[in-house]
Amino acid sequence: MSLKDKLISSFFAFEEQVDVSSDIHTIRNKALKNFESKGFPTKKEEAWKYTSLNSILKEDYSIFPKKESTIEYRDVKKYFIHDIDAYTIVFIDGIYSSHLSETTHDKIDACLMSSALDKPKYKEIMEKYFNKIAPSDDGLNSLNTAFSREGAFIHIPNNTVSDKPIQILNLSTGNEAALMLQPRNLVVVGENSQVQIIERHQSLTENPVFTNSVTEIFAEKRAMVDYYKIQNDKLSASLIDNTYVDQKDESNCSVHTFSFGGKLTRNNLNFYQRGEHIDSTMNGVTIIEGKQHVDHNTLVHHSQPNCESHQDYKGIFDDKAVGVFNGKVLVDKIAQKINAYQSNNNILVSDKATINSKPQLEIFADDVQCSHGCTIGQLDEEALFYLKSRGIPAKEARALLMYAFANNVLESVKIPELKKRINKLIANKLNVNLGFDL
Amino acid sequence: MLKIKNLHASVEGKEILKGINLEINAGEVHAIMGPNGSGKSTLASVIAGKEEFEMTDGEIILENEDISEMEVDERAHNGIFLSMQYPVEIPGVSVTNFMKTAINETRKAQGLEEMPAKDMLKKIREKSEMLEMDRKFLSRSLNEGFSGGEKKRNEIFQMAMMEPKLAILDETDSGLDIDALRIVSDGVNKLRTKENAVMVITHYQRLLNYIVPDYVHVLLDGKIVKSGGKELAHKLEEHGYDWLKTEAKSV
Repeated sequence: MSLKDKLISSFFAFEEQVDVSSDIHTIRNKALKNFESKGFPTKKEEAWKYTSLNSILKEDYSIFPKKESTIEYRDVKKYFIHDIDAYTIVFIDGIYSSHLSETTHDKIDACLMSSALDKPKYKEIMEKYFNKIAPSDDGLNSLNTAFSREGAFIHIPNNTVSDKPIQILNLSTGNEAALMLQPRNLVVVGENSQVQIIERHQSLTENPVFTNSVTEIFAEKRAMVDYYKIQNDKLSASLIDNTYVDQKDESNCSVHTFSFGGKLTRNNLNFYQRGEHIDSTMNGVTIIEGKQHVDHNTLVHHSQPNCESHQDYKGIFDDKAVGVFNGKVLVDKIAQKINAYQSNNNILVSDKATINSKPQLEIFADDVQCSHGCTIGQLDEEALFYLKSRGIPAKEARALLMYAFANNVLESVKIPELKKRINKLIANKLNVNLGFDL
Repeated sequence: MLKIKNLHASVEGKEILKGINLEINAGEVHAIMGPNGSGKSTLASVIAGKEEFEMTDGEIILENEDISEMEVDERAHNGIFLSMQYPVEIPGVSVTNFMKTAINETRKAQGLEEMPAKDMLKKIREKSEMLEMDRKFLSRSLNEGFSGGEKKRNEIFQMAMMEPKLAILDETDSGLDIDALRIVSDGVNKLRTKENAVMVITHYQRLLNYIVPDYVHVLLDGKIVKSGGKELAHKLEEHGYDWLKTEAKSV
């Protein structure tokens, strides 16, 4: 049985576990029908030209884990940014782990999608926001919506600054031979409010895991949201991350994506600007080797005047690794005075590594500034000579230059401990021995 | 300390250096002068080991060891330092981190332990103060957004940190205003000892008022056509290079 058929037939079992009389379930039913007709994307679709899901879809995944698993904190501590005080929402094989989590309902809500779906006090918010920007005609989003039940629910009311960052950690134990996960996150940040969120998916064994995640983020007027994604998973883990950001006037949102590992990673990152004086930032660092595959598919839709968007994606590809960058910028006719910047710079360390980079600008307004630049190259020989002339051997000099190239993107990371951690991850990845004072 | 014998070098098949002979002893300052295109910077690059230059004949001997087959970093480990004419900007690597890596890699190659962080910081502080560098520079990305003068000062700071046996200053005076020139020259003079040597490559005599050479060599079309004391630099300043060209032809 194909994964698609298996998923569709599993829906009956799923219905036994959820409240089928709820409004949300009507949405699920509709989404399932859409998934039935759309299915998984194939390379025939323009947006999936360079990324095939075939090797992932052939596994026989469990759709629901058979039992709850427990994990000791000390075994997974390293996957947390543990040197900061943060709210944490942890899932083990898709099931909420209360003993690893620290949620809150005090001033802000940093809790579970399941309780947001069930509790009457969240009904209004769910009706207003749930599945409202994730496009209903998309197969992967529909699939996630059909099975939506658990994930993180974050609500920052108006005029509130979250006192700590929030970490969302999705762990998988490998207790199933192969597991499919579909976390569903919703983040609503009210007017004049602020929050910082760190998200990570982490498999703990070599058993295959396939995650199809959907995150909807709503930033109301003057809200500030910084979202950081750490993708440094095992070679048996694959991730499709579908993130949708809806921004109102004068809001400021950034999404940083750090892709350092995994079998296949696809980021569908979509920003919709629905107001004026909005600032959207998408930054990414990809460092992969072996046969890993990372695909960044971004969209910024400028539908109102006087807004900005910034995209800076950097990639280092070794061995037979494959990178894809497909960045679409859409500027509506009424969206005058837009500044949209996009850059995608890549270093191919080996002859057999590949990067497919494709900017896509669709501009219907006439008074806009849009720039895009894409480079694919090797390291600068003059810079290498400079480093070597100071006694740094060729191998270390190359690593240092790659480190410098990638590290540049970190300047916009606002949580110092996270910045240090990513710094270290990059340094380890490239075998650079770093000292004090970064 | 350094003996260069019959050095021939070419780039992309074109011969630039056509038989250079030069001997530099410890404690000496040698100036290499010459018009544009005479091969001055090539000589500096070949001694430092830059790959794009092919050494086709001759020997480069540093303290009785032929270094002409050595890699660039190995030459640095053996005490060669090249202050670049055009230092490259490297965003993302701070001056401090760069020096820390350079010094510890060099120590590693020499079979020494890494320098303790405390000693490193102390040394960085001393040397940057000697060159009147703003502390902010140390945490900035290497040469990124530095003015021409700041880049050259940073080169001499690196020289102070690395403590080479032979420092080659390639057009260090270009891009320096008079104050920066004084600071940089003072720095170089303070670093001079009986054990090390300096090769100053320059177009103009100006720098040699500050870093006074023991010997001046004139390079023309890939050959040293004239050597003398510091008075030769003054003569060149007054008369240019043309008289030497005529002299060289008539020989």
